Amino acid sequence: MRNAFADEITRLGVVDKRVTLLSGDIGNKLFDKFKDNNSDRFFNCGVAEANMMGMAAGLALNGLRPVVYTITPFTTTRCYEQIRVDVCYHRAPVVIVGTGAGLSYVDLGPTHHSCEDIAMLRVLPEMTVLCPCDANELRAALRAALKHDGPVYMRIGKKGEPVIHKSPPDFEIGRAITVREGSEICLISTGNVMRLALDVADQLGIIGIATRVESFHTVKPLDTQRLAQLFKQYRLVAAVEEHSRIGGLASAIAEWLSAQERQRAEFLGFSLADCFLHEVGSQDYARRRLGLSPEVIIAGIKRALATAA
Amino acid sequence: MTATTDARTVTAATPPANDLRRIASLIRARIVENSHRTGTPHLGSCLSCVDILTALYFNVLRIDPKNPRDPERDRFILSKGHGAPALFQILALRGYYPQSMLDDYGQNGSLFGEHPPTPDHLPGIEAATGSLGHGLPMGVGMALSARILGRTHRVFAVLSDGECNEGAVWEAAMFAAAQRLDRIAVVVDFNKWQATGRSEEIMALSPLVDKWRAFGWRACEADGHDVDALLSLLSAVPHGCGRPFAIVAHTIKGRGVSFMEDDNNWHYRIPTADEVAAAKRELGVPT
Repeated sequence: MRNAFADEITRLGVVDKRVTLLSGDIGNKLFDKFKDNNSDRFFNCGVAEANMMGMAAGLALNGLRPVVYTITPFTTTRCYEQIRVDVCYHRAPVVIVGTGAGLSYVDLGPTHHSCEDIAMLRVLPEMTVLCPCDANELRAALRAALKHDGPVYMRIGKKGEPVIHKSPPDFEIGRAITVREGSEICLISTGNVMRLALDVADQLGIIGIATRVESFHTVKPLDTQRLAQLFKQYRLVAAVEEHSRIGGLASAIAEWLSAQERQRAEFLGFSLADCFLHEVGSQDYARRRLGLSPEVIIAGIKRALATAA
Repeated sequence: MTATTDARTVTAATPPANDLRRIASLIRARIVENSHRTGTPHLGSCLSCVDILTALYFNVLRIDPKNPRDPERDRFILSKGHGAPALFQILALRGYYPQSMLDDYGQNGSLFGEHPPTPDHLPGIEAATGSLGHGLPMGVGMALSARILGRTHRVFAVLSDGECNEGAVWEAAMFAAAQRLDRIAVVVDFNKWQATGRSEEIMALSPLVDKWRAFGWRACEADGHDVDALLSLLSAVPHGCGRPFAIVAHTIKGRGVSFMEDDNNWHYRIPTADEVAAAKRELGVPT
């Protein structure tokens, strides 16, 4: 995903001379092409994220379209007050990119994990939260983010994520994308767990549970129109995310549900446990340790369907 | 040069500076009166920066209050946002909005409280400050935007000494120096107090001017109540030396009202009607 980001921001930087890339001393060589094309609009801001975010607001309020890029905790929690005050309070059109979100950087430990960012960013007024599921959705999301007249947080993975869309899909902020049709139940996924959601759908299909899969690339604003349709159409809707069970997509949907009249569908959330991971390993291992695996999701769905029946 | 000598000593001045001193006295009187009327605190902090703001707004800044969004305007950021009661009076006096808009100060629905609102809400404001340490990074971004867009505007930020506790100030200082941003200038309103104590005892601020120099800035000390000195230093920005510019302005908290000067109780205290009258007498402003 990060290579797609570098490629896409380079293209966009050539077309739109307002695009200014701020990096927190990361991405060695990743942005060489951007620098070659737009040397006056690339800044390595050092390991000083509070300043980087405040500067981004200053740039945005003076006619530029800054994109701030570093590893997720450092572009979110490290400079959270700058995001809240300088960016959101001023409604400054800054695009904040968190790379290696969720458990992408397992081996770097919890200092570099980011399982709380959706919660923390979506609670901020004026903020839009995007979690593209693959490199192509990321390209489309970045284009939309730079056209958006307000702050955007974009949570992306690192590299080597499975390709879901063959090309950049039709993308509109706040409008979900149907990745697979299915008539029995619906999985709503956000961000880099789409492959896992599709694997679950495959396995459910084998046992006769035709499963629709939606990419909710926008967690804020939620596509409430689509939610209303899904909760009416299906008997079970489940959210899947690589994020804490507190405050992420599942929470956002539950918040929406709490304000609705009784819905047909039962709702399940499959998220990460509310704890730090004190071990290293693969991303798949980390997900499992924090309670997110196809087996857990399938068992939960079967149990819910059996109870409902 | 410090302001620790008799604060009311008037040095020989050119007529414009005399005018500015009269304006500064009027602003001080309005701030004190407003504090009493509305219960707005931070009086000492407001009074210490009045001369700096007056020099900027009535002489140095290239601004047009009738065209507050002019892309070429100089940007001013009151990074010590709790000085907003002073800024609000100055913006009114400069014609950004009618003085009568301040009548509902502090009332339900008013824009005027203890900190500046956002630029979308009040003309003349470049940054909604209040949380310390935010103004300089935003200002550096504004100075950087001028370079990218080929504009010639300058950026001035007034910081408090207590604000220099914040790490983000020094992050911004290092970045501005690395980028050789010489169109940005900082004035530290060094009144030697922060909210609850002497600023040099709480954090090792001294030697403050050397700190700015060590961070790559051209820096000097000045009497923050000497309008002439402030005018000559601030008007010279950019100096063409490829370095950002910092003035450590020695000031007196509560400056202009004898019983408020250097008394940190006036960080939060609200003056009585009698104290307002006494302050106005000292300032030479009719009650």
